[in-house]
Amino acid sequence: MTTTVPVTAAEPAATPAALLPPGLVQSRRMVWTTRIIGMAAAVTVALTVWLGLWVTPPDKVQGDLVRLVYLHPGVAWVALYLAFGLAAVASLLYLWPRTRSLFWDRLAAAAVEVGVVFNVCTLISGSIWGRPTWGVWWAWDARLTLTAVLLILFLGYLTLRRVPAEPDVRAKRCAYAALFAAVDVPLVHFSVVWWKTLHQGATVLNANLSPEIHGSMAWTLLLGFVALTLVFVWMLLVRYRIGALEDHLGSGELEVALLERRNEGAEAAR
Amino acid sequence: MWRDTVLVAGKDLRIEIRSRVALSQVVPFGVVALALFAFALGPDRAPMAKAAPGLFWVAVLFTTVLAVQRSVSVESSDGARDGLRLSGLDPAGQFLGKLLSVAAQLLALEAVLAVGVVLLFGTRIEAWWLIVASCLLGTLGLAAAGVLYGALSAGLRVKETILPFLLLPVVTPVLLAGTRIWQAALAGGTPSYGSPWFHLLIAFDAVYLALGVVVYGPIQESA
Repeated sequence: MTTTVPVTAAEPAATPAALLPPGLVQSRRMVWTTRIIGMAAAVTVALTVWLGLWVTPPDKVQGDLVRLVYLHPGVAWVALYLAFGLAAVASLLYLWPRTRSLFWDRLAAAAVEVGVVFNVCTLISGSIWGRPTWGVWWAWDARLTLTAVLLILFLGYLTLRRVPAEPDVRAKRCAYAALFAAVDVPLVHFSVVWWKTLHQGATVLNANLSPEIHGSMAWTLLLGFVALTLVFVWMLLVRYRIGALEDHLGSGELEVALLERRNEGAEAAR
Repeated sequence: MWRDTVLVAGKDLRIEIRSRVALSQVVPFGVVALALFAFALGPDRAPMAKAAPGLFWVAVLFTTVLAVQRSVSVESSDGARDGLRLSGLDPAGQFLGKLLSVAAQLLALEAVLAVGVVLLFGTRIEAWWLIVASCLLGTLGLAAAGVLYGALSAGLRVKETILPFLLLPVVTPVLLAGTRIWQAALAGGTPSYGSPWFHLLIAFDAVYLALGVVVYGPIQESA
């Protein structure tokens, strides 16, 4: 039977306020940057909603369904390119000895976690669009399959992160896992493209670089990309901060627990 | 490096030959999987023959997980991993050696499964060279990715459960390529149809072989 002995007040690491890393909580610049980006994201999202739902005209073929074009490609862009690319680059920078720092590890973790949210939103908005236009919620099309495989790879990474370990060990392990998964993405891409293709080609960044969308619709689409990128950056900053605080609290708790056990030992010896 | 490769591969294969775990547990598992697929698809020959290429590769993928776990677990006791680390053997050689051992076991299993597919599912193989080439290339990639992920998960307490989750999605390209090449082989085998898939398999092998040769050492040190 174990009884927990309260930690003596002489140990400063035991109080939660003392556990907070000074660079994170007290850095006003970081807090304000996050706030400004958050506000910019809210404003651009509101503008996109207004332009997308009220200002832009319905499509000749798709009617009001076309309004999903202001949401779905932007979400997919964040999930498939921004989040995954950032996670891969950050993991690589962590593995590179000269740039090794837990900053990159936390950034990769934050990018993956936010990326999962965007990835699921991509699949959901795609399904909502696919049902009336293609007639099915899900099709085994190349891009859909690639998105789904990426989601599973993302989830595997997050699962590996949840395996308890020292921050350094976990960071290295996860960085390798991210690297192994990242090199797989082009291979999965080509395999599913040859496997089957139903999805329409890229609208703006197509091969001859002539956008197939014009006027207010094009501007709203672009604004949607900007808005969702801002949302991603804001979520990334917030998640990074939470990750840093978690790490700090975790090591603080370990110190507290060690101290408690030591106190127990001292009690027993008395 | 090559001498170390042969040493490590020889060690692993000798363990498998003497313990007979691969022969008496891993290979039968593949056959059981094949039989279960047959039960699931009903007694009619037509759907079975149609699904045979995919089922063959799914069975191979599942067995890869077992073979990799076995390859990790032979070194999990008695500080064998530390012993290997301290042995001075080239890490790239260790990677290639373990890869060869896993690949050899998988190829033996695939030979059994291929016979099983022909006998049980009633398929006719028109182009043997496509089958053999796809098995060789696919197995190399599976073993390379498998040994890498095995090393990554070796130190974890949850290694049995996390390995399939991490490994299986990554080897999707092998499954797709292998299945398509087999379909071509069963349908009469036109090389033009199979060739992009062969490029994919070769790219997969090259990527994971190169990655393994470079990072196997650092992974062993950190895990």
